Amino acid sequence: MFPAAFDYQSPATLDEALGLLAERGDDAKVMAGGQSLIPLLKLRFAQPQLIVDIGRIPGMTEIKRDDGHVKIGALARHVDIERSKELAKLLPVMVEAVRWISDPLVRNRGTLVGSVCHADPSGDWGSIMLALDAELVARSAKGERVIPIDGFFEGPFTTTLRSDEIATEIRIPLPTGRAGGSYHKLERRVGDFATVAVSLQIELDGNKVKKAGIGLTSVGATNIKAKKAEQALVGHELKDDVIAESAKLAAEAAEPKDDIRGTAAYKKDVVRVFVQRGLKAALGRAQEVKA
Amino acid sequence: MRVNGAERSGDVEPRVLLVDFLRTNLALTGTHVGCDTTSCGACTVLLDGEPVKSCTLLAVQVDGREIKTVEGLANGAALAPIQVGFHEEHGLQCGFCTPGMMLVASALLERNPNPTDDEIRWAISGNICRCTGYMNIVKAVQYAAKMHSEAAKAPAAAAVAGGGE
Amino acid sequence: MSSTMHMHGGIGESIKRKEDARFLRGKGNYLDDFVLPNMLHMAILRSPHAHARIKSIDTKAASAQPGVIAVVTGELMAQHKLAWMPTLSGDTQAVLATDKVRFQGQEVAAVIAETKYQAEDARDAIEVEYEILAPVTSPDGAKAPGASLIRDDKEGQKDNHIYHWESGDQVTTQAAFAKAHKVVRLHTFYPRCHPSPLETCGCIADVNGVTGKATIYMTSQAPHAIRTVFALVTGLPEQQIRIISPDIGGGFGNKVPVYPGYVVATAASLLIGRPVKWVEDRTENLISTGFARDYHMTGDLAVDENGKMTALRVHLDSDNGAFFADAQPSKFKAGLFHIVTGSYDIPTAHVTADGYYTNKAPGGVAFRCSFRVTEASYLIERLVTNAALELGIDQAEFRKKNFIQPEQFPYTSATGWIYDSGDYPKAMDVALDQLGYAELKKDVEARRKKGEVTGIGIASFTEVVGAGHGAEFDILGLRMFDSAELRVHPTGKALLRMGVKSQGQGHETTFAQIVAEELGIPAQDVLVEEGDTDTAPYGLGTYASRSTPVAGAATAMVSRQLREKARKLAAHLLEADEEDLVWERGKFYVKGSPERSKTIQEAAFAAYTNLPEGMQAGLEGVHYYDPPNMTYPFGTYAVVVDIDKGTGQVKVKRMVAVDDCGVRINPMIVEGQIQGGLTEGFGIAFMELITFDADGNCIGSNFMDYLLPTAWETPKFEIGQTVTPSPHHPLGAKGVGESATVGSPAAFVNAVIDALSPYGITNIDMPVTSDKVWAALRSKGVTE
Repeated sequence: MFPAAFDYQSPATLDEALGLLAERGDDAKVMAGGQSLIPLLKLRFAQPQLIVDIGRIPGMTEIKRDDGHVKIGALARHVDIERSKELAKLLPVMVEAVRWISDPLVRNRGTLVGSVCHADPSGDWGSIMLALDAELVARSAKGERVIPIDGFFEGPFTTTLRSDEIATEIRIPLPTGRAGGSYHKLERRVGDFATVAVSLQIELDGNKVKKAGIGLTSVGATNIKAKKAEQALVGHELKDDVIAESAKLAAEAAEPKDDIRGTAAYKKDVVRVFVQRGLKAALGRAQEVKA
Repeated sequence: MRVNGAERSGDVEPRVLLVDFLRTNLALTGTHVGCDTTSCGACTVLLDGEPVKSCTLLAVQVDGREIKTVEGLANGAALAPIQVGFHEEHGLQCGFCTPGMMLVASALLERNPNPTDDEIRWAISGNICRCTGYMNIVKAVQYAAKMHSEAAKAPAAAAVAGGGE
Repeated sequence: MSSTMHMHGGIGESIKRKEDARFLRGKGNYLDDFVLPNMLHMAILRSPHAHARIKSIDTKAASAQPGVIAVVTGELMAQHKLAWMPTLSGDTQAVLATDKVRFQGQEVAAVIAETKYQAEDARDAIEVEYEILAPVTSPDGAKAPGASLIRDDKEGQKDNHIYHWESGDQVTTQAAFAKAHKVVRLHTFYPRCHPSPLETCGCIADVNGVTGKATIYMTSQAPHAIRTVFALVTGLPEQQIRIISPDIGGGFGNKVPVYPGYVVATAASLLIGRPVKWVEDRTENLISTGFARDYHMTGDLAVDENGKMTALRVHLDSDNGAFFADAQPSKFKAGLFHIVTGSYDIPTAHVTADGYYTNKAPGGVAFRCSFRVTEASYLIERLVTNAALELGIDQAEFRKKNFIQPEQFPYTSATGWIYDSGDYPKAMDVALDQLGYAELKKDVEARRKKGEVTGIGIASFTEVVGAGHGAEFDILGLRMFDSAELRVHPTGKALLRMGVKSQGQGHETTFAQIVAEELGIPAQDVLVEEGDTDTAPYGLGTYASRSTPVAGAATAMVSRQLREKARKLAAHLLEADEEDLVWERGKFYVKGSPERSKTIQEAAFAAYTNLPEGMQAGLEGVHYYDPPNMTYPFGTYAVVVDIDKGTGQVKVKRMVAVDDCGVRINPMIVEGQIQGGLTEGFGIAFMELITFDADGNCIGSNFMDYLLPTAWETPKFEIGQTVTPSPHHPLGAKGVGESATVGSPAAFVNAVIDALSPYGITNIDMPVTSDKVWAALRSKGVTE
């Protein structure tokens, strides 16, 4: 099994890449690690005329702290996140979650930004970014814009990224004060896409929740930000009834379908269970942080 | 690209997968195809020292980079410790997944010379073996780890008896 | 290699494997590694529909594509009378469809091109117009009034029923049930799964235009049988067909049948005059080649007031797919399923089976098992645990109370099997001891009181392997013997050629060890060759755990035959009387004077240099072994699981496996076989599934959906053993490749059911996925 024929360009600079997309963006696909794209090409589900391989463009592999954010370049791979000492300190939920993305070999090639732009509703990074309120930086020949992650996903495999744009970076606001997160993923086997996964991030002010993020994987047409469930936490102590209410609202926000991985009712209930467990875990971690 | 230390080149269509280039153009048939969907790891090679699935890379993507295949593990007649480990601990049966397993394991030992059993299992979790049940693969990697650490202690004593049977 | 070089390599020694040397260096010779001069590549177009009439096939655009040499359709094959072929179960199967497609993935056309990229590109350009017909996706659907008639090609076929088959005694069984104190029923579905060796199937057909000789490299577990089938299908003279099975990347039953691709590639090579290679991709392998199981089973177990089993009644509906192509002995329509009384002394039993056509892939191969013994073992072991739970008797106690006892062997079962040997209580005691069963039961009780969901499962399986005896067991009339040909060279080194074919089981080592034991030539001096029908003696091949029981016996017998000739040679060299010579592994010596001796190597040299008058030169022979009976390996497996009430996830905490496969020739290889088999059993129990939607679309058509266990979730098995030699096998060995896949699924599921039994849950069909466990718990109001 292998792809249908295509043209291939491997530009040496970002401007060159953006020039190619300005000209042929509608017929082109941008490739970073290729771990989602190449399988689609092989199955011939995608048959672009042109592949723009951005893998050789310098300066996009960094993970750095800057101005209240962590900035992750378009070519930073899953494994770079897994090994990042900085992220382990600043956003440990990312390091916890990345281990559950596909398998170790795919993590040696695939990228966070590429995965978010691929917009698979079963993708893990999308809901983690939703929980963390990330922003994407998109560049085109015309300039740069910053896209909040909330609203970025339009449907399965579709986003608001234009065909002449390349997402060059993702920015994640650094939590302030005592914060904690968790990622719970139910998969049929290691390496599988999630049956259900829930990403959580909370920030505490005293004993009360100041800010909360809840992202859901594999339970709808896109990764879902469970806003009502988030709001139900803000301003409250994480007592059992508050947790239960938020979990219930998160389950209501999920719109899963029956499939080989389980019924919709099952997946909704696992969302509920994971929000409950995840909030308790996140709370425990936040309380361990020295204010 | 450099393959097993030697400069290799060839003209291919952009769509040609790295695994096909290695097998067809370079006749390195130790790299296998098991699934076509990035699921099994039979096609594993090392790209700049890191294990990747060569069925999910285009040959053109690795232009100018360093590839190691199973054929590059041994040093002439002398088997690499990971190969000795697989032999001594019966870490292979049909042999089809073995090249990928050994390459992943050798990359693991580079980063982590004393892995726990669970760390080994995690590292090989992108590679399917249909025969062994993995227990002996874990032992094989531990065997190689031990050979490495003994070699570090006493380089002279660690010369590997080569040549297979 | 160094650590084993000095070992003799006789029976019982865990010498390292001889075949490893090439695999470790990436120098194995798998089918796809072969490149013949001038070779073409073939790609097969398959049906996207489960059931449809073919209205037209347009190959013009495809034929015009670059590199395309030919596009082959059913019509073309029909002109050569090759559109249909016989199956191993005496049915017919379409090679390329001419009238209808009968399952999704069925072969419709083939493209032959210069490169495989060109062949696949052109395949996409073939246009087929279909008229979609209503599909049948289950035996119930096949029976339903108004169901589509799948096999309208067969004269006289009025419905979708294939066969009815019975075993045992209906009258005595009915009478026993009438008197039963308690009857326990289990209805269970053993779902369709797939052997999925990591290497897919394929062939290279090379028909020489001048000599007419067809050399076919093929991923085949049974090259000789395939040669004969090919001769019958194609009409080629059998001496003009040479099948070469090179190194095989796992088989597990998947590489027993003849697949349409082999026939098309051979026909194409014949017509074009160039070699043609065809290698499946993984999806083709999963959707079209030999599946396994797909049995819907209902078992009733009658028990008396003392907890003794008194009768067993079983009915099964078999889903055979579009063509009846089960790979199994001809006389047994449901394979060896009637071993279903298992390890228990059940006085009477009655088994009925019905097979049905459905719009699913054909096959029914013995996936790492001996022809449907897996389904039988699963049913009885699940039923026994359910009965114990229902009767409130401990699972282990209930089994022990009903085991066939050691003194009852040889034991004739209610369905007519003659079990050769066994000691079931001992294997169970070893397993329970290793598990710490008594303590563990207390722990389970304590944890259940705290609301945890945890359980222990046991299965005490009996396998039946090593077919024949040839009078009873045949495939398409070929008696199930097997063979070994041994040549000892003048320098005392040997060449052993076999009719079986390793797919990773280590034959090159194990069979050399038998020669080492019986003839005294060190294992490292014995070269074992298999898989080339022009050189190897005729054999039925490797499947159903038959290599050691049958070909291993043949090796022992031919070694003994040569040893007797060597005795004459040694007597001649020693100028002693034959009867006065004593054999000690590797040499003969004169009784009472051990210093007067001749080694086997010296005797071998004499066979070519210094013969007694009148003796034929050489030291070689061949033996065709027809086993007097099957062998009956057995064991007890025990599993401990924890279940997550919130998600339904099952965690296997422990797995103890005690196997008795008789004498172990290479214990290291035996344990490797067991560990691999347990893993496949684990996969079947928890994740492996080929299923279909209402339209007959196959779900489980790639490794993203057909899930094989990785190192991460596979349990760390605790292995134990007992040894009860087979009384009729020349070495006392029984065969072990498949016991673990046969015995373990029931142990895993029994553990889950034991864990759920406090809530009144009595069954979950495999694969036991978290959503099913969750649904069962929620149905009883259990939640987190």
